[in-house]
Amino acid sequence: MIKLFSLKQQKKDGTDGGSKSGPAHKKASAAQLRITKDINELSLPKTCQVEFPDPDDLLSFKLIISPDEGFYKGGHFVFSFKVGQGYPHEPPKVKCETMVYHPNIDLEGNICLNILREDWKPVLTINSIVYGLQYLFLEPNPEDPLNKEAAEVLQNNRRLFEQNVAKAMRGGYIGSTYFERCLK
Amino acid sequence: MTGVDWPHRWAHVSKILTRPGPFAHPDFEACPEMMDFLHDDCKLLIIGAGGLGCELLKDLALLGFRNMDVIDMDTIDLSNLNRQFLFRKKDIGKPKADVAAEYINSRIPGCKVIPHFTKIQDFDSSFYRQFHIVVCGLDSIIARRWINGMLVSLLKYNDDNTVDQSSIIPMVDGGTEGFKGNARVILPGVSACVECTLELYPPQVNFPMCTIAHTPRLPEHCIEYVKVLLWPQEKPFGEGVELDGDDPAHIKWVYDKASERASQYGISGVTYRLTQGVVKRIIPAVASTNAVIAAACATEVFKLATSCCQVLNNYVNFNDTEGIYTYTFEAEKKDNCAACSQIPQHLTFSEDDKLQDVVDHLKESAIYQLKSPGIITTIDGKNKTLFMSTVKCIEDATKSNLKKSLKELGLENGQEIYVADPTTPNSLLFRLQLASKMDD
Repeated sequence: MIKLFSLKQQKKDGTDGGSKSGPAHKKASAAQLRITKDINELSLPKTCQVEFPDPDDLLSFKLIISPDEGFYKGGHFVFSFKVGQGYPHEPPKVKCETMVYHPNIDLEGNICLNILREDWKPVLTINSIVYGLQYLFLEPNPEDPLNKEAAEVLQNNRRLFEQNVAKAMRGGYIGSTYFERCLK
Repeated sequence: MTGVDWPHRWAHVSKILTRPGPFAHPDFEACPEMMDFLHDDCKLLIIGAGGLGCELLKDLALLGFRNMDVIDMDTIDLSNLNRQFLFRKKDIGKPKADVAAEYINSRIPGCKVIPHFTKIQDFDSSFYRQFHIVVCGLDSIIARRWINGMLVSLLKYNDDNTVDQSSIIPMVDGGTEGFKGNARVILPGVSACVECTLELYPPQVNFPMCTIAHTPRLPEHCIEYVKVLLWPQEKPFGEGVELDGDDPAHIKWVYDKASERASQYGISGVTYRLTQGVVKRIIPAVASTNAVIAAACATEVFKLATSCCQVLNNYVNFNDTEGIYTYTFEAEKKDNCAACSQIPQHLTFSEDDKLQDVVDHLKESAIYQLKSPGIITTIDGKNKTLFMSTVKCIEDATKSNLKKSLKELGLENGQEIYVADPTTPNSLLFRLQLASKMDD
């Protein structure tokens, strides 16, 4: 056990030992350190790529997924990541910036992926989310719909779903919604 | 400070401090000077002047601590008055820290509480260094992590990498949530810190997005729907206006929309109160829990300051939802803790050396043998990525730094740089010792 009393008395007499450690630099936050580690250890599948608008700001970046198989092959989907000071206690905020016809992503860019909300744990990393998102494009899940219409089509008529996805990616209307072209 | 005392004022405390006893710590030396230390020299910092803070200030002041600073960034709200007993109705809208300090100073003779109506982040290390012990009554994990990081950064290390004990500022941290609470003692660099046990905090309750969007079953789902999906879509108060849980007009809008949705799905139970509760993530505060936890914390502060007894080792949980339950355990220090496992190591370079020289050293030196170090630092309070090769666009943007000298990069003597590398589970912290050419 430390003895505060006697030690602090010393501290008072000895004017704080050697405080020659230089100017008081502001410390990087714990969230900052953790994200640095996450980013430095990113190992992206070849279909994914990240971009940092400001390389000094590792807390905000974009992920571009270009699936090479499945319904969404050839598409180009941009996600924005915002990592808060609560990371990794809280998950980053992730939005899909590309309009996409997808059962688990709505037209506002909200994403239904369990590890982004209810199943987030501090042991997960940015890499886990990247793989989670990539998986959504390989296996869209009609059971947990966010875009209900798309989910119903996928469930009832896979062929039509496939056509709708292709049409949306080329740029065009599905029902009354216009999807911007997102093919390379 | 004799002027303010009356006979037997400290009779009970002095029984503990001026007599040896079978339960006293082996190093404890009973002496009257200890009382003077409590009264005149020991300087405490209390963070938070809310539910726990009011209790803590009262408890500590009555124990004989007189030199206390209190920080709180909040103002007093009507809903605080049931348990934050240093505040009265006339105080609504005033800073909590100011009112609490004034109340304690006027009510407990001799006390010199200094209030700070500000965020903890507004002070730097020179402020925090002046305290003997920091006591926290916070409701935010971010704030806890911040003060924890600050106290860890104040540590100094001896040549053999042991902590210089005189640099340790113990942190006593209390937390409550309804009928549950916890108290813990953190000796930065010695015992488990906030970051070591980050996984222990209960996760925020988040409902699955698809449940909120399409299959609501609970009134909370309807409120979350309005909060998460409808608000950003309809922007009822204009572009870029964030939902403010303290703005009655905002809550009213959410409440109306949530009620509408609830009736569509035949869900009952959406009320204005629940709406505010869900939006602000309110967990009802229980006055008795605050009292118990604050008392436990104040006792630990007293033990730390006087060495009269072994301190809590190091974490106690309290729950009186049914009956009364406590459980004490030793939270363990994490070997790869992002905060307290980092003993800053010195790297000596000349200021004309290039960043490439530092990278080469980290890769080639027998001690480190790093593979692909990512290096960041903070300059003027701003984060700066010096070099990172694992992400293409960052590598492109920072490659040119390798050819620059440390001086050109704005790195000073004593600068801290953080290095992440796949070979180590924790980031490494280095303190640069830069010699200018003239010193050689």
